[in-house]
Amino acid sequence: MSRPGRDDSPDRLYTLTQGRSRSDTDTFDLVTLVVAESDPSPGMQSEHAAILRMCRSPTAVVEIAAELGLPGSIVRIMLADLLDTGRISARHPRTERAADRLPDPDILEQVLVGLRNL
Amino acid sequence: MDSATSERAAVPSTARPSLASTADNGLKIVIVGGFGVGKTTMVRSVSEIRPLNTEETMTRAGEGIDELADLDGLRRKTSTTVAFDFGRISLDARSVLYLFGAPGQERFWFLWDRLFSGTLGAVVLVDTRRLADSWYAIDRLEHHGTPFIVACNDFGGPVHTEEQIREALDISPDVPLVECDARDRSSSKYVLITLVEYLHGLSARRLAEAAGAAAPETAVEAGS
Ligand SMILES: Nc1nc2c(ncn2[C@@H]2O[C@H](COP(=O)(O)OP(=O)(O)O)[C@@H](O)[C@H]2O)c(=O)[nH]1
Ligand SMILES: [Mg+2]
Repeated sequence: MSRPGRDDSPDRLYTLTQGRSRSDTDTFDLVTLVVAESDPSPGMQSEHAAILRMCRSPTAVVEIAAELGLPGSIVRIMLADLLDTGRISARHPRTERAADRLPDPDILEQVLVGLRNL
Repeated sequence: MDSATSERAAVPSTARPSLASTADNGLKIVIVGGFGVGKTTMVRSVSEIRPLNTEETMTRAGEGIDELADLDGLRRKTSTTVAFDFGRISLDARSVLYLFGAPGQERFWFLWDRLFSGTLGAVVLVDTRRLADSWYAIDRLEHHGTPFIVACNDFGGPVHTEEQIREALDISPDVPLVECDARDRSSSKYVLITLVEYLHGLSARRLAEAAGAAAPETAVEAGS
């Protein structure tokens, strides 16, 4: 697989995000799971349509970025637009925590069960 | 599997298996280490998808301030790009664990702080022939209070005792140190289990301490 983003000139990225640069994209963690709430519509920007197709089942932000071959920062802007217009919903990680806090032992027990079943 | 697969074929890739529709909780573990130490190999050994590669761009000016000065940075070509790879493990119907392979060199760390916030913990993967490569990563993890274990990937180099390695890395005696072969699935799985067992012990101990400090004589209701 080739390194993503290599052919993306700043101007192409500018077009994809309609020149927007936003501060509310922080809501999307790398592992926030995105779910499409509608089908792509005709005439929709092709990257938006690709996101909606990909997210028919839950798909992490980082997987969307890898699949589109675009930097995460650009994908987050597109996701913020899709969220604003109700075309996607976002399932945020439940374990977000302060730097010096650890996840609850019961969450870690679930992780252990899953890993042992591998 | 997924009734939507005919459309999916339009997306050029990978036959990436879909997550369960009930998946709603993404978890993170970071595997950090020097170049060529076996990070991607370890991700591949345990991942249910072929490791994928992606990148983040960020302006230095944007460090922790304006999340998306990025775009302006891109236009002015002042942004920094960092690539990392990742894989995933579906743990149960709701939880999905993402494993990130992250280069440990100093110049990347301004990004890790943001990218990997909220991570459960880290595996510092080391090649015992190049122990100094991991010093910086260990410093940063300690500084951030991110719990970690050390896994020595076996490249057939000279054998060191555990004491020698602990001393060279200057890690506390309770940080687990294990040997592994990143190419081997069960060995890599054991590394992850060792990390999460360690986290579990830390977490349980801290809860108990907090309960003891908060209410030494009465029962305490279960945590938040
Ligand atoms: N002998 C040996 N080679 C390994 C092991 N793990 C990885 N390698 C090899 O080391 C090289 C670098 O590994 P890679 O995973 O790409 O390193 P990364 O840069 O940390 O992602 C590859 O050729 C691997 O096949 C191991 O446990 N033992
Ligand atoms: Mg690699």
